[in-house]
Amino acid sequence: MSSAANRVLLRVEDLKVHFPVTEGVLMRRRTGSVKAVDGVSFDLRRGETFGLVGESGCGKSTTALAILRMLEPTAGRIVFDGEDISEASQRRLRPLRRRMQMVFQDPFGSLNPRMRVREIVGEPLKVHRVAGSRRRFRERVAELLDLVGLLPSMANRYPHQFSGGQRQRIGIARALALEPDLLICDEAVSALDVSIQAQVLNLLMDLQAKLGLTYLFIAHDLSVVRHISDRVGVMYLGRIVEIATRDELFERPRHPYTEALLASVPTPDPVVEAARAHHLIAGEVPSVRNPPSGCRFHPRCSKALDHCNRVEPLLEAVGPARVACHLYPDSSPPAAGAGQAGDLAV
Amino acid sequence: MTEPLLRIENLDVTFRGGFGNRPKVRAVTSLSLEVAPGETLAIVGESGSGKSVSALSILRLIPDPGQIENGRILFEGQDLLALDDAGIRSVRGNRIAMIFQEPMSSLNPVLTIGRQVAEPLRLHRGLSRREALEQAVEHLESVAIPDAAKRLGDYPHQFSGGMRQRVMIAMALACHPRLLIADEPTTALDVTVQAQILELLKERTREADSALILITHDLGVVARYADRVAVMYGGRIVESGPAAALYADPRHPYTQGLLRSVPRLEGECGGRLDSIEGQPPDLAALPAGCAFAPRCPYTHDRCLAAPPSLEAAAGSRAWACYGYEGESAP
Repeated sequence: MSSAANRVLLRVEDLKVHFPVTEGVLMRRRTGSVKAVDGVSFDLRRGETFGLVGESGCGKSTTALAILRMLEPTAGRIVFDGEDISEASQRRLRPLRRRMQMVFQDPFGSLNPRMRVREIVGEPLKVHRVAGSRRRFRERVAELLDLVGLLPSMANRYPHQFSGGQRQRIGIARALALEPDLLICDEAVSALDVSIQAQVLNLLMDLQAKLGLTYLFIAHDLSVVRHISDRVGVMYLGRIVEIATRDELFERPRHPYTEALLASVPTPDPVVEAARAHHLIAGEVPSVRNPPSGCRFHPRCSKALDHCNRVEPLLEAVGPARVACHLYPDSSPPAAGAGQAGDLAV
Repeated sequence: MTEPLLRIENLDVTFRGGFGNRPKVRAVTSLSLEVAPGETLAIVGESGSGKSVSALSILRLIPDPGQIENGRILFEGQDLLALDDAGIRSVRGNRIAMIFQEPMSSLNPVLTIGRQVAEPLRLHRGLSRREALEQAVEHLESVAIPDAAKRLGDYPHQFSGGMRQRVMIAMALACHPRLLIADEPTTALDVTVQAQILELLKERTREADSALILITHDLGVVARYADRVAVMYGGRIVESGPAAALYADPRHPYTQGLLRSVPRLEGECGGRLDSIEGQPPDLAALPAGCAFAPRCPYTHDRCLAAPPSLEAAAGSRAWACYGYEGESAP
């Protein structure tokens, strides 16, 4: 295996997750499908943070669940550390699941209110039978709590005795219990207040430096994604419309949707805001059940061309970024075969 | 200076402490603020800072275990707290209107949109059903609901989140209120829709010359839309002033910390954020001194003894802090 391929921890290729839409009660018949994720490809390199942004319904969370095989992909490949897991049996997945963990959005709903913190954080150890002796188990839980900035003496408490930020730390400790390689953070700081959000973001960055973790960081908040990510993918209605390095994407957004998204976020500085042009993007995200033809963004796009409503643009290299937009017709399609790995990784 | 439209003086709001001898929750303490006609005041703060309770108390909408213990709320010179039920009802949705965060739960799911937008017009303006519906169409058109006339008979679930919030705005502005209170109006919406709704809100309130109290936790939204800002922490206003001045030179350590801890879309990034360590205070067990003292980098003995009051300073600014870095009290 080449060293370039070795650096890739996770590769997602043309992932599709479609949900059937059925009608009728006694005679259920399939009348269509919701294409929640419809051809998503990206690479995650070891030790990096890949941010996935988009508005509700763009398929970012569904992508995460499909990677963990908590949802069955309809098509496409998911390669984790060189192994294709898109069709692996549950039995074969089990050891791999230890290496991929998830931190959820809701610090209230994601912790069982009837379990003590020790049981919550230690549960993965028991499920995967690596708990060891009672004493070793307690030591490990104490280590984990310490790692996320909680006191080991808090292990006997219940979730309701913690604030939102502390609960999110408990969720992170649980995710780290099995020493994973990949941590998927799905809106992990979205429910937190600004001052607490900053604490948890700092914690995530410290943990990454200390443990060499790879993050797939899913969020709708562009400022947060900019802060934590090395590279960023922007999703719209089930597809990635642009992938670039953090600085490239935020300084030179190429896809009109990325541009509009950035223009929509008010910046916390009245002077900057007063000087800034406010290009508003018209309309709302259409239903995933019935996405627009051609480029899915065309009905809201201020720069749409004649053929945008007919031909779906592919994600192609434009300068150092990869963009799915007809405004960049000169972009050369990626070379087939050997060059694929590098291309996918931007 | 012109006479303020709204003046709140020394407002205290508490929530009874449930079973047994649970302590009272002090949601809002000694809150005083003014809103000038036509201006946009943003009240910012994190969860539990008392910003929503302050807003609800203006229209006397505090839910049951809560009560206004003290204070006066003067609107166009009239004390809203002294009005009887019929009196406050004639103000609600008429001279002062309110928009809430959740556009799904604040519209009645079993009534048509037309009926709901027409309701304040029938109630406060005494219009007939037909007249009210005709006006409702105009109001819905003014918030850019396509085919407004055809949609009068539709129910809230037939509208998207952004469209529901537009309906709420149409309803709130139907009677040309002098003051509109918007409590996190765009928190439930996507960012591209948030921008549309806030622009619409700003534009329509400017046209109607209504004042706007915008309650939010989003410092970006404040920067873009507010003329003045009040920052709340632990149930009190800790700092207030014109938005530009407050952002350029925050004086209260909490405001400073808050502005430093937000990740931004421009400028340097990637390093550690300056977070405010610790947790926000428990409103049922507020410390004797400044509520921010346990998290403040400049705390000294005086801060622990009694809370500082909000002192006015030059440039219509004010902050509640005993001073720091060797400075004397402002």
